Amino acid sequence: MKTPLITCHDCDLLQRRISVPPGSAARCARCGAVLYRHVPNAVERTAALALAGLVLFFIANAFPLLSIRVGPEVVSAALPGAVLTLWAEGEHALSALVALTCIVAPALVLLFLLRVFLPLRRGRVARGTVPMLRALEAVQQWNMMEVFLLGILVTVVKLVKMATVIPGPGVWAFFVLIFLLAAATWAMDTEVVWDRLEDGA
Amino acid sequence: MIRGSALERGLAGCSVCERILRIPPGAGHAKLRCPRCGAAVHVRKPDSLRRTWALLIAAYVFYVPAMVLPITRITTLGQVQEDTIMSGVVYFVQNGEWPIGVVIFVASIFVPVMKLVILTLLAISVHRRSQWRPQDRTRLYRITEMVGRWSMVDIYVVTLLVALVRVGELANIDPGPAAFYFASVVVLTIFAANSFDPRLIWDRMETPRD
Repeated sequence: MKTPLITCHDCDLLQRRISVPPGSAARCARCGAVLYRHVPNAVERTAALALAGLVLFFIANAFPLLSIRVGPEVVSAALPGAVLTLWAEGEHALSALVALTCIVAPALVLLFLLRVFLPLRRGRVARGTVPMLRALEAVQQWNMMEVFLLGILVTVVKLVKMATVIPGPGVWAFFVLIFLLAAATWAMDTEVVWDRLEDGA
Repeated sequence: MIRGSALERGLAGCSVCERILRIPPGAGHAKLRCPRCGAAVHVRKPDSLRRTWALLIAAYVFYVPAMVLPITRITTLGQVQEDTIMSGVVYFVQNGEWPIGVVIFVASIFVPVMKLVILTLLAISVHRRSQWRPQDRTRLYRITEMVGRWSMVDIYVVTLLVALVRVGELANIDPGPAAFYFASVVVLTIFAANSFDPRLIWDRMETPRD
């Protein structure tokens, strides 16, 4: 059974839950915030997208994002390498921030989604599901891959006059991963988990 | 007058699992626990305005060195050239590459300033029990939450440049002190936006002035 009432996170309006057609969202009657969505096959969708995301995550981190060629010399930068270079320069805080927002946060989002939604596909609520769902919102906020992609673009434009810039395989994986992760979290539906908890209590 | 917040009826919604719980009488704004998922339920975010102000003031302070000090130090054949965020924007615009100049201007100057100003105005409006357009103020809040992250662009550009440009022949690029201050501004404003509670805007609409 679904709770018949819901409160808006942004304005605290108490309102009745209504059923919305597939593919659309219910919005707060007072301030317009999205309350919930009806995504068909939400659990399968999130699980599938996160699984594909995991593969791309490894490619995005293992291969160079960009290479530049100046005369005979080629310099490549992969994401973990760039973070390490920054660390070696003595910029520890910056290096940690880049690692957090582009490697650690996306990895945690992927792991949490897989750990929660793969078992959920078969109707199982895995151990640790509730704490992971609680942490997910905070972690997601620090995943800034799409901003990093814009940073890659700006870097290319900056360097293109001085050297030959070659996009590496990592950048394509990075690009697709952004969309996969966004779609996976967008489709996230945790209602099943809460229903199960309610029944168990 | 709009009536209908959960608080007015002695109820609160869990922010994780959406369960509705009854606020025990005399609990005030104290922390409750969701009986279903165990998450902490804050009727309103704790110390919302005070925390928001503290973080905003810190962000304003850090913004000054972020703008004044150099963000990159480029060494070419022993010559050192220092660039601030602003001089980088000017350089691109003057060299006819204005799209990239605009991107950096929007991400590094416009967005953080806008975010600081909007959050400051929202906090003032709550203090003053403003009745002005609560829908629009809530929307402004959501915008600041969404766009703040884009200010990180310059930090990422510096990261990539430092990693790529380290060939002796070309040049050597080091991050300048502004990079740290600027990253701090971004992080501080993210925390400031997190600690502001937009529900306070609506509370002031409901509680009559005394």
